[in-house]
Amino acid sequence: MIEKDGVATLEMVKSRFPKKEVLFRPKAIIECYQEIPCNPCETSCPFDAITIGSDINKIPVVDFDKCTGCGICAKVCPGLAIMIVMIKNGKAYFKIPYELLPIPLVGEKWQAVNRNGEILDKPCFIEGVQKNKDMTTIVTVSIEQPYLYEFVTIRSKYE
Amino acid sequence: MRVDEHPILKFEKKNIIHFTFNGQDMIGYDGDTIAAALVDNGIMKFSQSVIHDRPRGFYCAIGNCGSCNMTVNDIKDVKTCMTLLEEGMKVENESQEVIIND
Amino acid sequence: MIEKDLVVIGGGPAGLSACKIAAEAGMKVAVFERSFALGGQLIKQTHKFFGSESQYAKVRGIEIAKILIKDLEGTDTEIFLNATVVGLYKDNIITVYQNGRYFKVKAKAIVIATGASEKFLAFENNDLPGIYGAGAVQTLMNIHGVLPGKEVVMVGSGNIGLIVSYQLIQAGVKVKALVEAAGKIGGYGVHASKLRRLGVPILTNTTVKRAIGKDKLEKIITVKLDQNWNEISGSEEEIACDALCISVGLSPLHQLLSMAEANMLYVNELGGLVPIKTCDYETSLKGVFAAGDVTGIEEASSAMVEGKIAGLMAAKHSGFIHPEYDKLENQLNNELCVLRQGPCGEKIRCGLKKVGELA
Repeated sequence: MIEKDGVATLEMVKSRFPKKEVLFRPKAIIECYQEIPCNPCETSCPFDAITIGSDINKIPVVDFDKCTGCGICAKVCPGLAIMIVMIKNGKAYFKIPYELLPIPLVGEKWQAVNRNGEILDKPCFIEGVQKNKDMTTIVTVSIEQPYLYEFVTIRSKYE
Repeated sequence: MRVDEHPILKFEKKNIIHFTFNGQDMIGYDGDTIAAALVDNGIMKFSQSVIHDRPRGFYCAIGNCGSCNMTVNDIKDVKTCMTLLEEGMKVENESQEVIIND
Repeated sequence: MIEKDLVVIGGGPAGLSACKIAAEAGMKVAVFERSFALGGQLIKQTHKFFGSESQYAKVRGIEIAKILIKDLEGTDTEIFLNATVVGLYKDNIITVYQNGRYFKVKAKAIVIATGASEKFLAFENNDLPGIYGAGAVQTLMNIHGVLPGKEVVMVGSGNIGLIVSYQLIQAGVKVKALVEAAGKIGGYGVHASKLRRLGVPILTNTTVKRAIGKDKLEKIITVKLDQNWNEISGSEEEIACDALCISVGLSPLHQLLSMAEANMLYVNELGGLVPIKTCDYETSLKGVFAAGDVTGIEEASSAMVEGKIAGLMAAKHSGFIHPEYDKLENQLNNELCVLRQGPCGEKIRCGLKKVGELA
């Protein structure tokens, strides 16, 4: 249970994803499962694709038709709970917020990790690194598509 | 033990400050509290419980708990967690002597 | 004796917010802060804040502190640092101790924004050096760049415990486990999720039984608790660590109000002893207002809003009406309502009912 161990179940994760067909373009996946007073994702979205409303405790809802996957929400989310996902040529591409050192370099092979903190069988590849003034780096990684609902972040570089 | 590099914060190189702790030469940096400089130098025992005869360490860092009190430049009961380090400071564990004035 | 229109005691988010509004209303303000810097707990918060835009959501705490301090520039606000208010008297006089000097200040109104202090936990050898309050670890790491240890265990899964654990990892410290006595995580799920994906075990129904070490911490013994908070014998486990962080809640720093004999009430949901106050944030002491954690433990976002309301009301009480009084009164009270209306606000709403503040 997420209240007991902080880990979302597979059903919970899937509920945040649109149908796979939609993911041929990048889309924001907002893993906000709890009502907390917070709305910068809604106010930062330039396309009005995220709705929370006047009660800022409500869970954000993404309009996948409007969402362009620009990644601004992933960068501003105070809970680091948003990632941008796309599927292309049998691979899943993720843009994740990253606030640790060392910052990965493009081309490197890194350990991929699931929501339980376990290292996945397959590595992921660093496709892009966008450093930001507010110190939240957005890292783009690719991993084999079957890991779509499992992958959440990176751990260490493969030596 | 100082943070080498930090993903969010920039720790700028600051001026070195020389001080002594129980007669031993130590260094800290501009902007340190006495307590922070002591922790960096590996000092764990800040004071001693008179009643229980047990060591006390740095605990709250905000002036509430009283564990970090030391004698600084011969002034007793200085809250080292709230006092900035200055060049040449003489920092000592408080003496456990209890003086009763009749 | 120094005379001011408004004295604000405490230079954290609530106090600074009160100063700004009161100065805008035309008051001569003085803020007294016992530390060597303004900003309160904000200056060690490296994470981005929640709430809404008006409470600086998505801005890091350290940046919010800079904004609030900058807001005082150009206002008639005198800042006293390293200044501990040691007494509060019924005729709105405070006594201050600053750098070896003791002096008195009289004011038309006072805002108490003294914040809170960390609670402690009772277990065997809890006085060993190497056992720190979580806030102390934040001060060491984020202000001074000093590490408290190499391998840490965190006690408490409220927002502070969860956030400080993450900040320890950011500073390069290994967090071996987070231990929580209750059956579920106390803070926001998103903070807990961050820790879990970094491989930090969150052990619920678990507490620290004993700390072990010669003159300093070397390891702890944890024990599991049953539904009635009783230790389950045989469930003891050992974790080696050189630092233990205690994050088991905050308690309002009520001492000045208690000294001046304000009407106080012990409310568990608010963290401890709090002043009874009117909807204008005035305590039972005429002209003495209170805002922020000293009135009940909450988040910094609420402290900022409460500080603004207290500043607004303290100004009105002293005959200074803020040029946007009506708009602000409405807007600020609405902001607090919104911050508190969700499930996370249940505890504070319950606490506020007990002090007679919510219908």
